[in-house]
Parts: sequence; structure tokens; C-alpha cells
Amino acid sequence: MRVRLLDIAHARSGDKGDTANVGVLALRPEWYQVLDTYVTRDRVADHFSGLISGDVVRFELPNLGALNFLLHGALDGGGTLSLKTDAQGKVVSTALLRMVIDVPDDLANRLKLPPAPGPRAPVAR
Amino acid sequence: MSAPRVVRVASGQGFWGDWLEAPRRQVTGGPVDYLMLDYLAEVTMSILQKQKERDPSLGYARDFLGAVESVLPAVTGRGVRVVANAGGVNPQACAAAVRALPGGRDAGAKLRIGVVLGDDLLPRLDALIAAGHPLANMETGAPLSTVRDRVLSANAYLGSGPIVEALAGGANIVITGRSTDTALTMAPLRHEFGWAADDYNRLAAGIVAGHIIECGAQCSGGNCLYDWREIPDLGEVGYPIIEASADGTFVVTKHPGTGGRVSTQSVAEQLVYEMGDPHAYITPDVIADFTTIRLAAEGTDRVRVYGIEGRPATPSLKVSVAYRAGFKAVGTLVYAWPDAFDKAQLADRVLRERLDHLGLRFDRILTEFVGAGATHGALAGPPSEDLPEVQLRVGVRGSNRGDIERFTREIAPLVLNGPPSVTGFAGGRPKVEEVVAYWPALIDKRVVQPSVTFQ
Repeated sequence: MRVRLLDIAHARSGDKGDTANVGVLALRPEWYQVLDTYVTRDRVADHFSGLISGDVVRFELPNLGALNFLLHGALDGGGTLSLKTDAQGKVVSTALLRMVIDVPDDLANRLKLPPAPGPRAPVAR
Repeated sequence: MSAPRVVRVASGQGFWGDWLEAPRRQVTGGPVDYLMLDYLAEVTMSILQKQKERDPSLGYARDFLGAVESVLPAVTGRGVRVVANAGGVNPQACAAAVRALPGGRDAGAKLRIGVVLGDDLLPRLDALIAAGHPLANMETGAPLSTVRDRVLSANAYLGSGPIVEALAGGANIVITGRSTDTALTMAPLRHEFGWAADDYNRLAAGIVAGHIIECGAQCSGGNCLYDWREIPDLGEVGYPIIEASADGTFVVTKHPGTGGRVSTQSVAEQLVYEMGDPHAYITPDVIADFTTIRLAAEGTDRVRVYGIEGRPATPSLKVSVAYRAGFKAVGTLVYAWPDAFDKAQLADRVLRERLDHLGLRFDRILTEFVGAGATHGALAGPPSEDLPEVQLRVGVRGSNRGDIERFTREIAPLVLNGPPSVTGFAGGRPKVEEVVAYWPALIDKRVVQPSVTFQ
């Protein structure tokens, strides 16, 4: 089943220099395992390819049902150097929530995951 | 048996520019023991340094004076104590300005202002570099000497120690320069409960409490994505309050009858804000492990936080250096339906052609189309063909002020000599801004000696 992160997680992002951090938090405790298994470092790096110039690093916070991603080179130099509207990475959070992941049907059904909305949903590569 | 003692620390400002009503609402809406006010972001110190260069009696967060006026009756009448990093690069001038307020003069001996000094490394910078402290950039590794002649300010992030000393000395207002945001909350708890300098778990708990409330209402319903439509009455949003116990556990809450919401989700969103490695949240006092934090809902707008573990701090302090890094300007125009996006794209091409012909040199030029994918880029997919309007937003940055200045004069002409259906230029020419960049570094703790004075 295709599942959109927006429907199973919430998120907040911030900055540290030219690095944006995105904390992704499961909407239900039992959905954390889905984030942990399917929202991998590589998957997130692929999602943001072309939009960031550096590496992606992932940390796990099972105590909060959360993952924390560092997206290096995400902010056009960051801080005052950046010319971007989102120079401080405040809405990189919802950019990550656009991601659509494939979850095996039996797991998705058992966890009652909401399916991604119709064909117009953004499709991850 | 009396109930276990609880100390209440209220957050009244999350940054310089935050809601002016919040400090007063925090001291009048219910019981609080301490009011914590955080004014300093990374670039704030350099702005304050520029103000101090123009007028030696400035260089602090002037919003703080209004905040003090609005809470002074609670401070002198009910014993609420204020801890703020409003001092910026001139904490003593800030204290003098508080004392000079009408209420400050009247308060006389009822007002004891503790001032934390020692974070300002600017006067010592050359001596420190000569003594073998390279202050290398934590991101690039370059030594500070490469930008030394452009440095505007240099401040070490101080921990809780000097604030505790000021509170122990009887201060009811503590003004610091560059203290860590979290120390403003942790220091009152350490003072009240007598936590030792090696009581790492409790110190870490105080740091986590500080992290949760240092951005004001951002943990109590503000900027909260979770269930945002249902968060009640943001117009009357309640700023957060920590109710801490001696064992290091605490509850995050807000005053009854205020808007917003404190939930495990709102607190968790704030916990991950600006997070690096959650195993090692490094402060001058302790390293807190965010993977040990436990949250539990405890009734309406109450979240219990417990289980936090910490370990000894590093031998270094972080230093924030601000230096001049050229100039920038951003110009915007709004293009309307029909074909708003196409018109904005054509305007961008026309503008860039003219900039090329003028031979202007920029280190960076960036075009965004606000309303057509400025914040999420290609992830947003192709914009709708029927957009009602699109904002063209072009930014340039470079070392030559004249080139940036010339750019600002190329925006308005497009209104009459570029693509049609354009508006939104009433603000006039874009402003040229000096870029003050941030240089994070580390320094040996032993060469930074904080001190406390009283006014």
C-alpha cells in the first residue's frame, strides 16, 4: 500500500548554519515502526536530491516516536547568507511529509495506515 | 505532610521580536516563581554590536525595558524573579537602563539587578589568537584569522553558573549577555534545588526543560502542525510554564483560561526543533541525551517529562563570532492571472539579461516564484496553470555594494517595460543590507572567566 507521510506523521524543522534538521514524529505510537523501517536515510536523500548539496544523516528517537534528519547544504548557505524565502528551513518539515512510501499490505492493514490519496498525490521516485 | 515543593519557571519571550504581551500575561495569569526571557538568536549579537558602535549606551535588547515595566509590580511586590539574556553586548548598559525606568527608580533597594559578564571576547580576540586559540570555524575548519579584520562581535556561550551566582547573591533581575538559552531556565532550578555541578541527570533535565520553553509558545500550540485546526484560541495563546520538582522531573503547562494547547505532541515537536545528534545535546554544564526523555499526558494542558539522563560536559565553550560578509538585496514583483507564472518567468529572464549587460558581479543570484514552488521546489510538482498570482522574488549577494545597489534599481522599471499584469511594488526600491555572517567556533573553557556584578 502507498502511504503518504503527511497522513501518518507530523514534523518540525529548523536550522543550524547551512544544515536543516527535520524531526518527523509518528501520529500514533504504533506507526513509529513504519517510519523507522521505510523512511531510511537513503530514501530521504533521494527525496531531496537536487534540492540539497550535502549529505543526509538520520537519528532515531524511539522514546518520542520520532526520527531526526540532518540535511546538509539545504539552505543556500544558511543564516544571513541565504537568499531563500525559507532561509531557516522552517518549512522543510512539510516538504518531507510529501514523501510517499510503499508499505506491505498486511502490515499497513494491521496498523490501519491510511492509504495515500488518489492519483494526484506526489509520487516519490 | 506538605506537598513536594514545585518551582515554576515561565517563558515570556522566545526571541527578540516575540509577543510584547506575553511577559505580563505570564506573571498575572497564575502563580510563577521565575520569568525567563530569551532574546538572542545567532545573528542578534552582531546587530547589537553595530548599535553599540553608534551609541556606547546601546547594544542590548531594548524590548526588555518594556517587558520589565510590565512585570515590575510582580517582581517587587510578589517576589517573581526575572532571568533574561537581554544584555546582548552591553549587559551593564541594559541594567542601567532598567534602573533608569520610572519604576526602576521608585523600586530602590527592592530591585537588585545581577549582571553576568565575561562572555564578550571581542576585546581579547587578538590576544587569544596570539596565545594559540585559532577559533577555527566548526563547519569549515578555517582559522578565525582569515576573517579577523571583518569581525564585529565574538561571544562565548556561558552556562548556568554565573546566573546561579547572581540568584544566590539576591538578584531579582538577572541580565546576561550571551548565555545559552537553556541556562536561563536551568539556572533557577539549580539555584532552588541546590543541584550539584556533577548531578548530570538533573542538570540535563533542567536543560531539556529550557529547550522546551526557550521558543515561547512554540511548545504550547504555536507553530504546531499536529491537529493545528483544533488548537483553541491562538489569539489568547498561553506561553509555557515549567513546574519542576527537586528530583529533576517536571510538568510543562500554561495558565488556566489561556489559548493554545500543551500536549505530548506539541512538546515533542518542540523537542526536535533545531536538533542535531539527539544523543549529545551539548551545553556548557552537561551533555543531555534526548533519547532518554519520556513524555506522559497528565490531564488537560499538562505533560509530565521524566527519565532524562546526562553526562559530563566537554572542556570547551562554543563561541559565536559575527563578521561582515558583503551585501545583499531582494526584489519582488507580483504577476496576476492569466498566465501569472509565465509572466513572472519572462520578467526574470528580462531582468537577468539587463543585469548581464550592466556587467554586475554577484557571488550569488537566486530567483524564486512564490506561489509556484518557492519553498518545496520540484517536490511540489508543476504549478497549476490557473494560479491567481505569482510573486517573482530575486535575491543577489556580493562583496561590491555598488553592484547590489544597481540591482535594486532594475526592479521597478519592469513594471512599465516588462511583461504585463504586474503589481505589488508599492514598497519602492529594495533595500541593500549588509550581510553579517555567523562563525561558530570552540574555545577552551579555562580561558573564559564569567563574573557577576550587582546594580
